[in-house]
Amino acid sequence: MTRTPRPRQRVPLALLLPAGLGLLFLVLPLVGLLAGTPWSTLPRRLAQPGVLTALRLSLETATLAMLLCVALGIPLAWLLARVRFPGRRLIRALVTVPLVLPPVVGGVALLLVFGRRGLLGSWLDATFGVTLPFTTAGVVLAEAFVAMPFLVIAVEGALRGADPRYEEAAATLGAGRWTTFTHVTLPLVAPGVAAGAVLCWARALGEFGATITFAGNYPGRTQTMPLAVYLALETDLQAAIVLSLILLTVSVAILAGLRDRWVSAP
Amino acid sequence: MTTPPLLDAHLVADRGAFHLDIRLRIAAGEVVALLGPNGAGKTTALRALAGLHPLTAGHLTLAQVDLDRPDRRVWVPPERRPVGVVFQDYLLFPHLSALDNVAFGPRRHGADRRTARARAGNWLDRVGLGGQARHKPRQLSGGQAQRVALARALAVEPTLLLLDEPLAALDARTRLDTRAELQRHLGDHPGATLLVTHDPLDALVLADRLVIVEHGRVVQEGDAASVTARPRTDYVARLVGLNLHRGRADGHRVTVGGLTLTAADTVHGDAFVAFPPAAVALHPVRPDGSPRNVWPATVTGVQRHGDNLRVQLDGPVAVAADVTPAAAAQLRLHPGQPVWAAVKAAETRAYPA
Repeated sequence: MTRTPRPRQRVPLALLLPAGLGLLFLVLPLVGLLAGTPWSTLPRRLAQPGVLTALRLSLETATLAMLLCVALGIPLAWLLARVRFPGRRLIRALVTVPLVLPPVVGGVALLLVFGRRGLLGSWLDATFGVTLPFTTAGVVLAEAFVAMPFLVIAVEGALRGADPRYEEAAATLGAGRWTTFTHVTLPLVAPGVAAGAVLCWARALGEFGATITFAGNYPGRTQTMPLAVYLALETDLQAAIVLSLILLTVSVAILAGLRDRWVSAP
Repeated sequence: MTTPPLLDAHLVADRGAFHLDIRLRIAAGEVVALLGPNGAGKTTALRALAGLHPLTAGHLTLAQVDLDRPDRRVWVPPERRPVGVVFQDYLLFPHLSALDNVAFGPRRHGADRRTARARAGNWLDRVGLGGQARHKPRQLSGGQAQRVALARALAVEPTLLLLDEPLAALDARTRLDTRAELQRHLGDHPGATLLVTHDPLDALVLADRLVIVEHGRVVQEGDAASVTARPRTDYVARLVGLNLHRGRADGHRVTVGGLTLTAADTVHGDAFVAFPPAAVALHPVRPDGSPRNVWPATVTGVQRHGDNLRVQLDGPVAVAADVTPAAAAQLRLHPGQPVWAAVKAAETRAYPA
């Protein structure tokens, strides 16, 4: 491909240098990961049962967490974007708290609510015999707690950007508020929902702190990939590298695949 | 007893500091244009009729059913009103094809998917867009989008059809064709039609009756002929291109400011006088002979106006005069120049204020 020549512009060194360093800083660890990979033993290590179990658990829990966030987060985002009520600003601030909260603190907070003696946990245990901590459901809960703000913020932004007059047009054509939401509003903000869901999924996939605090580290049940990497780091560095490489490959592949679809989408 | 009009409304609504208070009556099959400058309250009136803006007082009755009546706590939400709206920028749903946009209304009104789509296809054929049924709105030209929007509004078979500046978003050429086609469809619509516009040409071509609003009030209403012949406000006079002044009449003589004009009509009391700019002749010296209305004036501006020049004059009354380029050259018109203005009494209309 030929490019049209553009007039040469001098880039100030004071900007170029830190920019280059910043890029290096982001890329170098990934290069290090690739360089440190034991390529010769890779197939054998991939075939180890623990690896696939952790990977499958990670993908499943991250997907379930994303679905939970979509189911609860879209209505929440709609409420924040479309309904005026007192305390809306406070609610919006509360929604973003998990973004800035250290995940470990989130895990502790979840334990205090959903733990066996927690606010809701004791009732859940007594009434339904349901215990969440240290279960796969607990992993999903911990991941959803940390990932939900990404979805809510993305969808709320999309809703604010969408022209509410389309909803008025739908109303004049006989659509009630719910039909308008499902048939007009949601399709209009679909790109925002997709972007939010991907961010949400990626965050859930990488979740570590809240998960290990709330759900523990039981192989096959609550040990997701990040937990497996951390555990392997203490016993077998090479295994940790392999696990990390898988996690990296899976996330990049999925993000790239989705991105292509958006770019080609009209 | 006469049959009540299909639409009988007294719209009282507030939007911030703006206050709307207008009465509207539209018969079945009648097309009424709500004409007015920007900010006059046209869009608020349309939104109140559609149920997108609540009334604070008054009433809105369509086919003998109250849709909005604050004093009786009656309010029917927009989705349950037999009203169709063509919005100014059409607001076609971007994710739906032209066909599904038109089918959206029938579907919400209980038709199953196949019936709704068949009906939508019918409407698209009627507006001449059967071939574009599968197109998404962004693949349609402005004129086509306008027709899809019209088909979408008509597909719910509304008792009241509302059009908000339906031609404003189109370029001049497309507007001409679309206006002619719109006229045909409005003629076929059995219900009441309200057209909101600031373009007098749209109103004159498309409507049976004009209702002119300014500052949230009706300032004049009537058919095209009476409104264009007898404007009652400066806004209407500008729209129809007349010089308009208000004064006191005594028979054929009307006193405006310090000037007394002689008109063709006989009026007594408060009166308007109107005459077209083309009826104003300019002379370098006081003319003798026939024109009865002569006064000294000063040129304040000269602009092109079609093939002629429009001259703004100051004096006992401020008026516009249209002169040919040849006459302008002969008079050597320039701002600040003193001239004599003359209008024949036969071209000066007077009517009660």
